[in-house]
Amino acid sequence: MSGDCCKHTELADDPRLKLVERAMKRLQYQPDALIEVLHTAQEAFGYLSRELLGHVAAQLKLPESQVFGVATFYHFFTLRPKGEHSCIVCTGTACYVKGAGEILGRLEQAAGIKAGQTTADGKLSLGTARCLGNCSLAPMLTVDDVVYGPETPDSAVEKLHGLLEVPHEQG
Amino acid sequence: MPAITLTINNELFSARKEQTILEIAREHGVDIPTLCHFEGLEAMGGCRLCLVELQGSPRPVPACITKAAEGMVVTTHSDKLIEYRKMLVELLLAERTHTCSICVQNNNCELQALAAKLGIDHVRFDYLHQQLPMDASRERFALDHNRCVLCLRCVRVCDAVEGAHTWDVRGRGSTSRVVADLDRPWGSSTSCTDCGKCVQLCPTGALYKKGATVGEMKKERSFLNRILERRRLAAQGRSL
Repeated sequence: MSGDCCKHTELADDPRLKLVERAMKRLQYQPDALIEVLHTAQEAFGYLSRELLGHVAAQLKLPESQVFGVATFYHFFTLRPKGEHSCIVCTGTACYVKGAGEILGRLEQAAGIKAGQTTADGKLSLGTARCLGNCSLAPMLTVDDVVYGPETPDSAVEKLHGLLEVPHEQG
Repeated sequence: MPAITLTINNELFSARKEQTILEIAREHGVDIPTLCHFEGLEAMGGCRLCLVELQGSPRPVPACITKAAEGMVVTTHSDKLIEYRKMLVELLLAERTHTCSICVQNNNCELQALAAKLGIDHVRFDYLHQQLPMDASRERFALDHNRCVLCLRCVRVCDAVEGAHTWDVRGRGSTSRVVADLDRPWGSSTSCTDCGKCVQLCPTGALYKKGATVGEMKKERSFLNRILERRRLAAQGRSL
């Protein structure tokens, strides 16, 4: 354990870790509280780093591989930091019929990443969702949690370019 | 333990109540094919090769995890079951890249034997040819994901017998992979004890011993450091 602490200095100094520690303590370090702890950890850090997963595994006395298995099994958990901006294309039935596939394809091309990925510079995360409950706007998408629709491939790409050119603070 | 009577392939057998259909069938020489099952490990019903038909049940059930019951009528081999088994093995062959001719396990492979036994001479599905990575970072053993059938024998033996739980499964569905610790290279795993139990139980060439020829001449001397380290720690503990 003492060896682990040295590796974790950066993490140990992180104030966000307190939230995770508190959750684990509240749940009495029970191994079967893993998912709840991971929820708290992701909420605090935005994503689950290897270091964080290793720390949780050690604290709950669970095998690291098991913790990793759980974190990768559920789509809710993400192991990579999310981008500064997010763009989610709805691929629910209505949006799909109205051409969400083409919109997504063009956005992927424009951003140079696939859905579910984040650009190398950490600026943009591109994602899909199965129906956002706004079918009358189909095909729709959200940019930084603002809903837009109906969209065309061109208008979607335009929004993406606008997003990436404007600095975050002003945007 | 209470005795029960059941019918397997039109023959009456008596068995103990807690036994699974697979156990009873094997005891009486009825051959049900399996892949993920391994005597001594907890059964998990993952590979579905041991599916059998039960009279009165709308769908087949896995024999390895289905407990026998009084008056059960079991069919272990029907045209439908044989077709299902063939399809299952073909799907396994198509999912990863099983090229027997260049595999370390050629002629000693459970998947290969199973395919031969079921008379599989071609695969009706397109091969995925995923080109998955290999992990040869461990000194004595290596892992080739292209040959893994996800039977999870390695995961189960590492957890239940060795107690290390180095292995587990990442992801889900067709993107599942066996991973060591936090998906580290196996060579840098801190929980692996190098015991080799996973390698021995792997039904295919996914986990294998390195150096089938010249490499085997290498001496295994790391024990000395381990013992000295343990003594040093013990001495430290005493002096504290």
